[in-house]
Amino acid sequence: MSFILEAKGLQKRFGAVVAASDINIGITAGERVSLIGSNGAGKTTFVNMITGYLKPDDGRITLDGQDITPLAPRAITRLGVARSFQIPQLYGDLSTLDNMLVANACHDQKLSFWQPARRPEAIARAEALLERFRLTEHRDRRVAELPGGVRKLLDIAMALTGHPKLLLLDEPTSGVSAEEKFPMMDTIMAALGHEKGTTVLFVEHDMDIVEKHASRVIAFYAGRVIADDKPAIALATDDVRRYVTGELLAE
Amino acid sequence: MSATLSTPAVGSPSARVAGTGHGRIVALGLGFCAVLCLAGLFAPKWLTFLLTMAAANGLVSLGIVGLMRGGVVPFGQGMMLALGGYTAALAFNKLGFTDALGLALAGGVVSMLAAAPFAPLLSRYRGIFFAMLTLALSMVTYGLLMKIEVLGGSDGFNLGRPTLFGQALPDARVGYILYVLTIVLATVMALLARIYFDSTRGLVTVAVRENELRVEYLGGSVRQAMTINFILAAFCGGLGGALVVMSLGHVEPNFSFWTTSGEFVFVAILGGWQSVAAVFVASTVLEVVRSFSSAYFPNTWQLALGLFLLFVIRFLPRGIGSLWMRGNNR
Repeated sequence: MSFILEAKGLQKRFGAVVAASDINIGITAGERVSLIGSNGAGKTTFVNMITGYLKPDDGRITLDGQDITPLAPRAITRLGVARSFQIPQLYGDLSTLDNMLVANACHDQKLSFWQPARRPEAIARAEALLERFRLTEHRDRRVAELPGGVRKLLDIAMALTGHPKLLLLDEPTSGVSAEEKFPMMDTIMAALGHEKGTTVLFVEHDMDIVEKHASRVIAFYAGRVIADDKPAIALATDDVRRYVTGELLAE
Repeated sequence: MSATLSTPAVGSPSARVAGTGHGRIVALGLGFCAVLCLAGLFAPKWLTFLLTMAAANGLVSLGIVGLMRGGVVPFGQGMMLALGGYTAALAFNKLGFTDALGLALAGGVVSMLAAAPFAPLLSRYRGIFFAMLTLALSMVTYGLLMKIEVLGGSDGFNLGRPTLFGQALPDARVGYILYVLTIVLATVMALLARIYFDSTRGLVTVAVRENELRVEYLGGSVRQAMTINFILAAFCGGLGGALVVMSLGHVEPNFSFWTTSGEFVFVAILGGWQSVAAVFVASTVLEVVRSFSSAYFPNTWQLALGLFLLFVIRFLPRGIGSLWMRGNNR
């Protein structure tokens, strides 16, 4: 089977802490994969290794068969991998629209000395994506003044500007109130629905959201993969119930 | 020049209409340039000289503003002034090349070429490290200029009267012609700077100041942006340096001294990074304060300047330009 993303034998330690221990994962195109696990289980480390922010101590990561292990984040982004962040990484002093225009400009890779950033076609592209994420009303607001949920959505919208083949969402609903989580995730998934063929990996702690939106679940514990299956099966395993959801401990 | 070289505020109705083209800004800039050139015909010589120096020094500070937009402040812009000045003076004296426009452009190009090898290194540094590295380069240049006798040592050397398009400049008009040349070049550079600041590259530069990590994760190159800005700043500095030297008729190592660089940083902070026009307004303010203070209280003019800067930082932390760029964060 050919994978869009394949991690083989990934190892990563931070001193005595094992963040990744012999991780072997293959992701096929179009999957919606949820990465679950308690804090410190190694989910974000895995995402950071895929996007080049961290280099594994050992192992290999390939994207469409190409080894991306030694590449810098920018080079990996240009190969079609985009990500959002647990803490949204935005340009706080700029407006929402300008944040989108920066994303457009960077993804286009055709930076110009004279072509206005605010040309009509660039604005139209940015506005279309803002519309998909229901952010139009915030178009001209300074990003630093936006509520947390809106900032999360903008962070993801910016990642989508380049129409990535692989999108990694690091806790897209963290820091958002319980009532807002589901509508927010629905908005995200509806927006992603326009991106035909985009493979999505998302780190999530809310199992209801995982069950609703993931086609596959990969559970981490102490840097190891303890389950990798369809949501209903993965979430029912003893290891996941013990180390991730805590159900067995409660019983 | 103040109201002409600024973009409308984000979110304002005018931003949606005028945000994509520069026709209005170019027209206003050229119109203002023409008015200044005509006014120079009737202005006293001391005033045209003051404005010549303000525009030429403003060009040097414009380079700093370009870097400030990316979040770094160089403390060695005096080196670019000196490189441009010495290039023009040497080309005049040693090569016999006397055309004022050619000398000005040569100053800019040589400064740019001299800065290019250092740009990739400097693009790795931020904050005080960037400032100190540029200061170090500037002081090394100062030391070399002081020691090299063929360049006049600590006294520097003079250059004669330039020509323009093959025509000798008459005694009575030389000051005015250099004034017009400086104003025209400053206008052209200011308009180009505005176009650059509003371009996709210009917007990414501002994004670098805000969040470098995200720029890289969007596929942009932070180091490329900083490298380009440093080289462009060098061109502005060299161009301004050549114009200053032609008006003064003299060049000396002090151009590269750290206090000279400090004055350009002063102007850049006074003007702020949002408006191109504000840089030239701030440069004019500095020249006016310097001229009048030197005449009336020669030993304490820096005190007046310092108090003025404190006032601006307290009440206009984003510089004079924020007066008419309110709400625009690009």
